[in-house]
Amino acid sequence: MLRFILNRLVLVIPTFIGISILSFGFIRLLPGDPVDVLSGEHTMTPERHAELLHQFGLDRPIWQQYLDYLGRALHGDLGVSLSNHHSVMEQFLQLFPATIELSVCAMIIAIVLGVVFGMLAASRRDTWVDQITMGGALVGYSMPIFWWGLLLIIVFAAGLHWFPVQGRMDLAIFFKPTTGFMLIDSLLSGQKGAFLSAVQHLVLPSIVLATIPLAVIARQTRSAMLEVLNEDYVRTARAKGLREGRVTAIHAFRNALIPIVTTIGLQVGTLLAGAVLTETIFSWPGIGKWMIEAIGHRDYTVVQGGLLMIAIMVMVVNLVVDLLYALINPRIRIQ
Amino acid sequence: MAETVSSEPPTETATPDVATSTEIAPIVSTRRFAAFREFWGYFSKNRGALIGLIVFALLVFVAIFAPFVAPHDPDDQFRDFLLVPPAWQDGGNWQFILGTDPLGRDMLSRLIFGSRFSLLIGLIVVTGALSSGVILGLVAGYFRGWVDVVIMRVMDVILAFPSLLLALVLVAILGPGLVNAMIAIAIVLQPHFARLTRASVMSEKTREYVVSARLAGAGPIRIMLMTILPNCLAPLIVQATLSFSNAILEAAALGFLGMGAQPPTPEWGTMLADARQYILRASWVVTLPGLCILITVLAINLMGDGLRDALDPKLKRS
Repeated sequence: MLRFILNRLVLVIPTFIGISILSFGFIRLLPGDPVDVLSGEHTMTPERHAELLHQFGLDRPIWQQYLDYLGRALHGDLGVSLSNHHSVMEQFLQLFPATIELSVCAMIIAIVLGVVFGMLAASRRDTWVDQITMGGALVGYSMPIFWWGLLLIIVFAAGLHWFPVQGRMDLAIFFKPTTGFMLIDSLLSGQKGAFLSAVQHLVLPSIVLATIPLAVIARQTRSAMLEVLNEDYVRTARAKGLREGRVTAIHAFRNALIPIVTTIGLQVGTLLAGAVLTETIFSWPGIGKWMIEAIGHRDYTVVQGGLLMIAIMVMVVNLVVDLLYALINPRIRIQ
Repeated sequence: MAETVSSEPPTETATPDVATSTEIAPIVSTRRFAAFREFWGYFSKNRGALIGLIVFALLVFVAIFAPFVAPHDPDDQFRDFLLVPPAWQDGGNWQFILGTDPLGRDMLSRLIFGSRFSLLIGLIVVTGALSSGVILGLVAGYFRGWVDVVIMRVMDVILAFPSLLLALVLVAILGPGLVNAMIAIAIVLQPHFARLTRASVMSEKTREYVVSARLAGAGPIRIMLMTILPNCLAPLIVQATLSFSNAILEAAALGFLGMGAQPPTPEWGTMLADARQYILRASWVVTLPGLCILITVLAINLMGDGLRDALDPKLKRS
């Protein structure tokens, strides 16, 4: 197992280098002079240009600039925002819990409902239950989620007034954030109605963000279950006289887990891409909205830093998923 | 098979080859026809796939003949008819069946012309991603070694970023616009093709027919493109269909975020973003473009599912 983990860790290094090169190269690939881009000053004397060139370290060889960038990034220094001069890392850490809270809620919805619907469809293969769940999954999978979000706002927020349209908390309720996770902070604050407000604000964005992963997980669970339900050991379990529910839930499901876990792992990227759209629609103050605004304002140090952090996150999650497989399936460890 | 081919020096086979090839040609074409019939048999049994195909064919028809099908010019502004609701609603007008937008342009005509953009985006992006991905995958899988390592690591890096985010950043570098959005989406989608092709090439490379082609004197480019590639097509076709719908969704998302097609282009995502502020007063300006995106993507995904089932030999046996 230790060897497997080490092997897998070594494989991460080239990907990390690639990610860092891409995010380092981003500012240099932008049209125009990097000095203009980084300083935000458009009319400057040649002396000022030379001064800034030296200040940003752009007069040094490119490989040295890259190593510098990498060194600073590894120490958590991603530079300062061009628009508000705050540390990019600090802003990232401040907004990160909002995205995590939304993503985790969405993922819980997607995994629970996805697995349940998938198993239901597989155990009732070719019946109307199967057709309806899989039809629904295909619609979910094909959904332009920015439109789906707007539809939910039209119906449930503007029409029925069941849920708020935007933000994370009612404006009338105020407390100092301690963890950054609104569900936890609202409970800690002890204010009446705070927790309920946090939940209400979470519902629509979580549903929107969960839609595509839910559909993908349901489809994958169904096909993985169908494959396993034909196996000999499932027939043996049935022949032993076990109840169908036990056969499906324990004997079949455990063996169908590997492709399902793979799919769940792969959905993390989808989730973060979806967060960009969901956060924009619901004015959710997280990483996705921050990145979109940074691109809109040409705040390129923020885009660069955000890009690096998000890619690292995806990479780490993929690593964890790979290690999880090894835990679920001893065969992978031995290979 | 390998022995018979290798025993014949390639230079001396010119005359007998012509004789045999004329006999083989009809057999090959009937075989192809039979293969197609088998494929169609599986495909047409899938009701969803057929519905998808019909909807898609309709969309293609509408897109091609848009100027004849659309009742108005998509850019004509009818200043006396701003935000007219669809014909069946109160205040609707049969002159504008699906209503008008905030500038008084006919929604139906704009949606019809929008189908041109979506289908063209899908087509161009998939062609770009498929051709570059297949070439990279072929080279990586055929030559292996450091070429393989470099190509696949670059693909891994591209896949490490959430696709929409990477596309957004690429558009930030290239500048907003439909063409740049298409380039960005093609770059983001091509690693899937490269990985698939590489995996297929690696499993096909050691097969007898490839070895015999090499012994017959075929060069690497001929082996890659003429011998191996046709045998890796099935998964690539399925992936191409899925990428087609992904490309449409991503282009619409970029349009929605203001980084794709720019107004007044009647691209569905851009139309949606453009009219977002009227969402509560005139919901049709938001619901209709989104519905068009959903229907198009759904039709293509239904076809994709049908194609996968019809082309996947593992499912055929069961």
